[in-house]
Amino acid sequence: MAPLSTPVLSHRVLKALLGAWALAACSAEETAAVEEHLTECAPCADEALRLRDAVGLLHTDRSLDLDPLLRSRVIEGCLSRRPARIPIPAWAAPYDAETARLDALLGDIGASEWHAPVRLRWFDGEQAVNRRTTVAGVIGHLMTVDGLVSTALGLDDPLGPGQRLHSPLERTETYWAAAYRPLTRTVREPWREQSHTLIRTVSFAGRGVAELSVPYGDFALPLQDSLLDRAFECWVHGGDIAAAVDYPYEAPSPSHLHRMIDLAVRMLPAALAERRRAGLAGPARHLVTAGSPGRSLHLEVEGLGGGDWYIALDSPAAVGSPGHTVAQVALDGVEFCRLVAGHTSPVEAAAGQEGDREAIRDVLFAAAALSRL
Amino acid sequence: MAKDTPPRWDRRMQQRLARGEAAALGELYDRFAALVHSQAHRMLDDEDAADLVTREVFGYVWENPDAYDPKQGSMRSWVARLTHRRSVQRLRDAEASPYGSAAGDEDRAPGPDGLEERVRRATAAARADYIVASMPAPLRAALELAYIQRRDYRQTAADLGVTEDEARRRLRLGLQLLSTANTRPLEGSSPPGYGRSL
Repeated sequence: MAPLSTPVLSHRVLKALLGAWALAACSAEETAAVEEHLTECAPCADEALRLRDAVGLLHTDRSLDLDPLLRSRVIEGCLSRRPARIPIPAWAAPYDAETARLDALLGDIGASEWHAPVRLRWFDGEQAVNRRTTVAGVIGHLMTVDGLVSTALGLDDPLGPGQRLHSPLERTETYWAAAYRPLTRTVREPWREQSHTLIRTVSFAGRGVAELSVPYGDFALPLQDSLLDRAFECWVHGGDIAAAVDYPYEAPSPSHLHRMIDLAVRMLPAALAERRRAGLAGPARHLVTAGSPGRSLHLEVEGLGGGDWYIALDSPAAVGSPGHTVAQVALDGVEFCRLVAGHTSPVEAAAGQEGDREAIRDVLFAAAALSRL
Repeated sequence: MAKDTPPRWDRRMQQRLARGEAAALGELYDRFAALVHSQAHRMLDDEDAADLVTREVFGYVWENPDAYDPKQGSMRSWVARLTHRRSVQRLRDAEASPYGSAAGDEDRAPGPDGLEERVRRATAAARADYIVASMPAPLRAALELAYIQRRDYRQTAADLGVTEDEARRRLRLGLQLLSTANTRPLEGSSPPGYGRSL
C-alpha cells in the first residue's frame, strides 16, 4: 500500500490514472497526486483536459425506447416512395410486426433480466395450468414452436435435423430439456434470425405457400393462419415477458388484432365440436346440412380491431348467421384474446351475456381451450 | 453473434434493398432504427423531429441503396452519416424559418454563430454516442460502471473481474476514444469519425 498522505507515484503510474481521475473514480490521495503532477507535466495536463472534456460527452439517460409504432410508419413511408418488388404478404405482416416489437423489448432489457421468472399460463380444457420458466426460456419456447412453420417451408428445424416432433408442448419440453445450463440472452439471436428468415422466405414464396399445411400434432393450420397464430403467441408471450421485467407492452395494431380475433373465431366451431366429443360441452341441438346457416352465438368484440362475429354452435360445417342467433356475448378485443390465450378464466370473461346460457358457457370454455403452451 | 460478418451483411443488405425486398427493409430498420433515432434525438432534442429524421433516413436508404459504397466504410457508419446530415439540415431549416420547425424553443442561441456552435456541439454529442456504441464492449462496460454506476476504478476492476491496472487502462483508453468526438472539425456534410473502425 502507498502511504496515505503524499503518495510518491511515478509519471507512468500517474499517466495511467488519468482516465480514472477524469471520471472521479480514484481515491482522494490519488486525485491529489494526479493534480499536483498536472502542474508540472504539460503532456499529462494536456491529456487530462481532453479526457475531462470527453467525460462531458457521456450521458446517463438511457437511450429513449423507440415507439414501436414508428416502425410501421417508417416502413409505410418508404414503401409509398418506392413500392416493394418483393412485398411481405399481408398475412405475414402481423408476425413481422410482433416479432419486431418483442425484439425491441428484448433489446431494452438487461442481461440479468433474461433470468427473471415467467409463469406461462394456459387452460388445458378443464382447468388453468401453468409452467415456470425464465424470459430466455420463453424465447426458446417461441423459437421452437415457430420452428414448425420453418420446417413446413423446408427450412432448418431449431431442434436440429431428424426431429419429427409436432406438438408445441413436446417441442418446447425437448428444447428446454436439451439445454443443460439455464438459457441466456444468447437465445435472442437465433430466434430473431429464424423469424427474419421466415418472413423473407414467405415473401419470396408469396401466395404459393399461403395454404401449405403446418402440422401441430393433433391439428394443422394453413401456413397463413399458422403465421398469424405465431404472431398472436409472440404478442401474448411478449406481454408475459414485459410483465416479468416490469415494462409496458401494448396490444397489436387494430388491424392485426382484428385478424387474430378472426382466426380464433374461425377455430372455435372445431374446438367446440372436440369438447362435445369429449363430453365437455352440451350436445348439438339442431344439425343442419353442411354450408347452411345454423344456431349461432353473436360475438360482439368492442374496441379497436373489434367487430361482430357469428359462431356456428352445433357443427363446424354449419355457417354462423345473424338470423339464427340464440345468444350474444360482448367483450373487449384484448380481453377476448386474453381468454383465447388462457390468461383469463372463461368464468370471469365476458362483460355482457344474453340468451342461451349453455351456448355462452360452451363457447367461452372452447375459446379458453384454444390456449396451449 | 450473427452468422454474417458485418461487411458481408452490409453487401447482402444492399443487394436485397436494391432488389426491392420489403423484408430487407424491415431488417434494416431493426438493426439501425435505435442508432438513427437516438442520434437524431441527441442532435435535435425533439421527439417529433427525431421521428421525422428517422423516416427521411430510411426513406433515402430504401430509395437509394446504390448510394452506399462498402469501400467507404460500414453500412452502420453510412447510416450514421446520413442521420447527421439530415439532422444538421433540420437545425439549419429551423434557424432559417421565422417560427422554427420542431425545434422552436426560445432558449436556442440565435444567429449564425449560435447555430454553428449548436451544430458543432450536437455533432460532437452524436459522434460520442456513436463512438460509445461501437467501442469494444470491455471499454464500454468500464466506462458505464465508472460513470453511470459511480464506481471507483477499484470497484470497477472487481465488478469486471480484472486487475486494477487493467481497469485504469480501460477507463483511459475509453475516454481517449471518446475524446476524438470533440477534436474533429466539422467538414461539410460528412463528418469524419463515423467511417473509422473502432
